[in-house]
Amino acid sequence: MALMRLTSPHAHGPMSTQRVMQYVLLATVPGIVVLTHFFGFGTLVNILWGCLVALACESLALKLRGRPLGFYLKDCSALVTAFLLCIALPPYSPWWLIAVGIASSILLAKQLYGGLGYNPFNPAMAGYVILLISFPVQMTTWAPPLGTAGELPGLWEALQACFTPGLYDGVTMATPLDVLKQNNSLLIDDLWQQNPQFGTFAGLGWEWANLAFLAGGAWLLYKRIFTWHAPVAMLASLSLLAAIFYDGGSSASGGSPLFHLFSGATMFGAFFIVTDPVTSAVSLRGRLIYGALIGVLVYIIRVRGNYPDAVAFAVLIMNFAAPFIDYYTQPRTYGHSDKRGEK
Amino acid sequence: MRKTFGFHGGIHPPENKHQSVRTPIADAGIPPQLIIPLSQHIGTPAGVVVTIGEHVLKGQVIAEAQGFVSVPKHAPTSGTIHAIEDRLIAHPSGHLAPCIVIVPDGKDEWIECVGTPHYETLDKVELINLIRHAGVAGMGGAGFPSSVKLSVKAGTHIETLIINGTECEPYITADDVLMRERADQIIEGAKILRYIIGPQETLIGVEDNKPEGIAALRAAAQGSGIEVVDFPTKYPSGGEKQLIEILTGKQVPSGGLPSQVGVVCQNIGSTVAIYDAVVHGRPLISRVTTVTGNAVREPQNFQALIGTPMRYLLEKAGYQPEKNRRLIMGGPMMGFTVPDIDVPIVKTTNCLLAPTEAELPTPPPAQACIRCGMCAEACPASLLPQQLFWFAQGKEFEKLEHHNLFDCIECGACSYACPSNIPLVQYYRASKAEILQLRRDHEKAEASRIRFESRQQRLEQAEAEKEAKRAARKKAAEQRAQATGGDAGEDPIQAAIARAQAKKAAQGTGDGDESELEKLEKAVVSAQKRLDTATTKLEEAKAAGSDFVEALQTGVDKTRAKLAAAEQALGVYQQSHQPEAAVEDKPPVDAAAAAIEKAMAKRQAEAAQSPAEKARADLEKLQKRLQKTQETLIQSKANGDEEKVIIALESTVVRLTEKINAAQQTLQAAEDA
Repeated sequence: MALMRLTSPHAHGPMSTQRVMQYVLLATVPGIVVLTHFFGFGTLVNILWGCLVALACESLALKLRGRPLGFYLKDCSALVTAFLLCIALPPYSPWWLIAVGIASSILLAKQLYGGLGYNPFNPAMAGYVILLISFPVQMTTWAPPLGTAGELPGLWEALQACFTPGLYDGVTMATPLDVLKQNNSLLIDDLWQQNPQFGTFAGLGWEWANLAFLAGGAWLLYKRIFTWHAPVAMLASLSLLAAIFYDGGSSASGGSPLFHLFSGATMFGAFFIVTDPVTSAVSLRGRLIYGALIGVLVYIIRVRGNYPDAVAFAVLIMNFAAPFIDYYTQPRTYGHSDKRGEK
Repeated sequence: MRKTFGFHGGIHPPENKHQSVRTPIADAGIPPQLIIPLSQHIGTPAGVVVTIGEHVLKGQVIAEAQGFVSVPKHAPTSGTIHAIEDRLIAHPSGHLAPCIVIVPDGKDEWIECVGTPHYETLDKVELINLIRHAGVAGMGGAGFPSSVKLSVKAGTHIETLIINGTECEPYITADDVLMRERADQIIEGAKILRYIIGPQETLIGVEDNKPEGIAALRAAAQGSGIEVVDFPTKYPSGGEKQLIEILTGKQVPSGGLPSQVGVVCQNIGSTVAIYDAVVHGRPLISRVTTVTGNAVREPQNFQALIGTPMRYLLEKAGYQPEKNRRLIMGGPMMGFTVPDIDVPIVKTTNCLLAPTEAELPTPPPAQACIRCGMCAEACPASLLPQQLFWFAQGKEFEKLEHHNLFDCIECGACSYACPSNIPLVQYYRASKAEILQLRRDHEKAEASRIRFESRQQRLEQAEAEKEAKRAARKKAAEQRAQATGGDAGEDPIQAAIARAQAKKAAQGTGDGDESELEKLEKAVVSAQKRLDTATTKLEEAKAAGSDFVEALQTGVDKTRAKLAAAEQALGVYQQSHQPEAAVEDKPPVDAAAAAIEKAMAKRQAEAAQSPAEKARADLEKLQKRLQKTQETLIQSKANGDEEKVIIALESTVVRLTEKINAAQQTLQAAEDA
């Protein structure tokens, strides 16, 4: 009997890339449930359609690249991209918008660079930004939350909105972040009272969605899928800037820290986008810097930029910087006296 | 409770230690054959001191240490030296290595052992020598000779002596059972080590997953001043560097030795071996080996003789070969697969792991690295394994070194943690080997560059010296010219012309310079020689039917022409000088006349020969040629030359034989006449 010859280690841990991806998918569920509760079935339909397109694009790219389909599809990374992009898209988006976004994510941002692990930019955010620049109207309208504009659309309407967009006439409403940015005369408190889309401390529905994504992220942290460094640094720097420029709620206020933490894509970004391992910094100190700078950029673009939310831009900009950050944040190796590799 | 420190990273693989500690250490007995590799340690292999067929006693030296970093080998039992040959050994490369094979006689007869229970009566150097002669080498893994480790450089202050009882690898329990069953010996051994090293404190470090071992050690250590320290279980806390950090909070400098931070480490197994060596005078001839894994029915620990074939031990433990596809020496994290089940146990074999496929599955194909960083979190050396992986893939050796690849201890924690199943350690091993090879190549290239440059320098120097001589001669000549009365401003060319004229005049006066004549004669002789060799070659080539015949032919023609020219020159010279030089002694002769005279003389000489003599001379010549041709033929056959060549040579032989026959007849006729 010939004995097998292998090099050590012979034991392997329980973790697999597939499982990492499945955990991430699972962790988005609370957020999706809350979004569906407050904004209707739009997000769900986005995700279903998006997943189909993502699998098709991934298969096409793998076939063109001559890679085995089963082996690469089973890592679930295409599904993760589809989930993340479709959560970020406005509910009730037309099918072609989703298709263009997913195709950009999977084909341009991921497979053209060599597939999973080789992409310098977060695929979901790259797809999002391509859509935002190309179709600003569709991308900056959001459905009104529950209780502000009558009945929420049902599943059938949601499907109609997606696949026969010409026949669907949905109601839209500016997001709280947008309202705040456009405001230049009202005090924060007045703004709160005059606009129905504000809730207890942030946007109506948004505050709950952010809490749900925070919960999902906390679970991933507990499961040790990623480390706390990048998300905590991002939330900290965002809160810090918001606190500095809050100025007690005047008409020029940038919004309270709590408002920024629980509005828009803050928590979703912090736990599902910033933590994307492929495109972020890898050393722990590097992740702190990376996350903190994303928080700074998010605040600046939210308050000073032209777009209502800023996570996608902030993340893409920092994706550029990740290798540079890594270069300067090498950890001190055992037995070395400083960080730069000298003994 | 003593304060312990943590270390970065680490993992918690399933321990799987309970299977093999259910029974006490069993004596494996004497196998039918013992195979003792000459190199079971880091350093120079031992040199054989026995011969095949010799009878040896248990504990007798069969191979001597060679050099400082080396230990001797002893016969594990009494018996006969059966063979000294290359055998397959337990090494990841699966190569053969010199081994001594002993067939035991079953009597297990000890050589006389002289123990030193009162070790304090010996001094440190004597004790270290004793340990060295007992063949003790690190029994935890690397097999570094213990005596070398203990020979701390004079003036190094050792604060802490650490006995490593961590045994952090899953499955292995060899040290655990030693602690449970031979705690007294461990403590005694630790005392001997303490006496040799003289540290301020002596610690035994044990992971907290061995409560029985810890309790036994603590009981035995009562009042000895030796402290048993337990700390949380985490792989790889048994790594020497990690254990030092856990117990002292100090890190061994990169590329340095533990003694640089005032620490010396010894393994539990080695400590017991040292106890045996010193107190009982017994060399290291057996060790405790864990035999475990789901492919053996009764996982347990054996006291096994060094050299016992693994098959023997496995079968003692109820080996089920059909369930086992890889056999690992050591643990699942750092052990290596052995090439064959018949390889022997060596001093570093702490465990034989025979897992089933379900237990340790064959690794699936690697997926893409997603830079999740789980490897970096697991790395006990605080490296960035995934960065190293990217650099290793790209063969970016400089970046690998910059990212401290050589601080990797190959513990395997990164590969264990990697969700994409990337065999990271394999990449690092390969890259390390490549970098070391490059370094060696670079050193070689550097050495030859230096060699070339110094040669160049030598040549230049010689040239410069020549130049200086030339200049000096020229100067001297000028001075001479001045001295002979030329005005100071005389043109050197004029001077040269004058010199040449003067020379000519001198020659003209006839006392000629002999050297000129000699030169010419020499030229003739050497041309003649060249012609001879060229002709021989041509003949050989012709005989062999070589393709170079034409080229050789032209060569011969040219040489002949040169010879003619040389002869002519000589003739001319002689003609122009001889008459004047020896005008009174000899009648004037010219070259042609001389040649004619010579030829005539030769003919006369030949004529003077009797026909029989001539025939004999001819025969001799022919025989010589035949001999030569035959030699060439044999040579070409041996060389495996082309058939054509061999046929040509053979026909030459036939022809020559015919000629010889003819010549013999001639000779016969001449003699008869």
